[in-house]
Amino acid sequence: MNVDAIIESMPLYFNGVLTTIKLLATALLVGLVFALPLGILRASSNQWIARPVWCFTYVIRGTPMLVQLFLVYYGLAQFEWMRESALWPWFRSAWFCAASAFAINTCAYTTEMLAGSIKATNAGELEAARSMGMSRATVLRRILLPSALRRALPSYSNEAIMMLHGTSLASIVTLMDLTGAAREMNSRFYLPFEAFLTAGVFYLALTFVLVGAFHIAEKRFLSHLKAR
Amino acid sequence: MLHGFMPTILNGMVITLAVGLASLCIALAFGLAGASAKLSKSRGLQRLAAVYTTLIRGVPDLVLMLLIFYGGQTLINHLAPKLGYNEPIDINPFVAGVLTIGFIFGAYLTETFRGAMMAIPAGQREAGIAYGMSKPQVFLRITLPQMVRFALPSFQNNWLVIVKSTALVSVIGLDDMMFRAGLAAGASREPFVFYTLAAILYLAITTVSIILLRSLEKRFSIGVKMAKL
Repeated sequence: MNVDAIIESMPLYFNGVLTTIKLLATALLVGLVFALPLGILRASSNQWIARPVWCFTYVIRGTPMLVQLFLVYYGLAQFEWMRESALWPWFRSAWFCAASAFAINTCAYTTEMLAGSIKATNAGELEAARSMGMSRATVLRRILLPSALRRALPSYSNEAIMMLHGTSLASIVTLMDLTGAAREMNSRFYLPFEAFLTAGVFYLALTFVLVGAFHIAEKRFLSHLKAR
Repeated sequence: MLHGFMPTILNGMVITLAVGLASLCIALAFGLAGASAKLSKSRGLQRLAAVYTTLIRGVPDLVLMLLIFYGGQTLINHLAPKLGYNEPIDINPFVAGVLTIGFIFGAYLTETFRGAMMAIPAGQREAGIAYGMSKPQVFLRITLPQMVRFALPSFQNNWLVIVKSTALVSVIGLDDMMFRAGLAAGASREPFVFYTLAAILYLAITTVSIILLRSLEKRFSIGVKMAKL
């Protein structure tokens, strides 16, 4: 173990952690914002509404995230109109491409999760709300979503952790996230064990922080469902 | 439209499938060993399995893969001269990829198998022993066939994730489907076309897997009453 090299590379890793966290937060936030309406549509009993959303989630969940990332980062540049459009400065940046590919990916998984939890809602609760005279929108806002979102929390914590690990792909498109930092250190010192083990320790720490945060959230939001 | 790259990409698909299936075999072995360790009476084995599943599931596959590929390379080149080999040895990316993916998904399958093993009432195992079967016989005749049914749904999930993870071996230089799609994309300057093709082929693999595993699930659930809502 060459500890000096690890200490010397610490600034690299700290910047990497920041990039990883920024990527993760952006992807999860954007993904969730889009997954919420999509999840409601996906749970619709009208097949003409639910099917197209299913198609989106099926394609995204059935292909590797690496392919999705390459399609956004390398693929879109193939088109003349893309390179001349006003969006090009955005899509030329690796950060934007990685963040959007990750957001699309997590959006699909979250959509399915939310739809599952919406469908699993107790029919009696909704009937009770309707018979109290609430409109469909009110039922959605007051009864369905608060309950379904809470019940989706445990599986959402898994998704968040998978996404944290997924952000390591950003290093493949030249971003200096945690994995990127480790690759940089490896190429500087040629010390693969030190470089990747350090990154692993950082990832492990981040994973534990996420698990802990979700644990607290579950205690706060799911305590009414705990077995007594 | 594909500039004649279709055959080489289809060959890459065979490599992708080979990596996936080979890693699956290794993952099955690690998973069964891990689940048995977790359910064993030995404290040491339980701890070892707990450390294995926690550590592996806490670190990204890409980092582990790079660690095993580059780290293993240095380790071997460090050890080989001491064992009398003086020529530099290159780690085969296929072997590194398969070992890594197998090792990683062994941790996920450990949990799958543990759940499936616990779902079988202990009375059945005891009955087997009471009939005079040995422990391996009880496992093969009683536990295993029923485990398959309990494990299949999350096994399907794990297999789909393995297939998608194999795309990462292109990063350590194995010429799988992803790698060849990248070559074709570079040569033709049509990355969108070739990565879309790769996406379609991956989708084909997952779709066929889902259909096959569903029929397998039906086969293994014969004679079981399903709860209907």
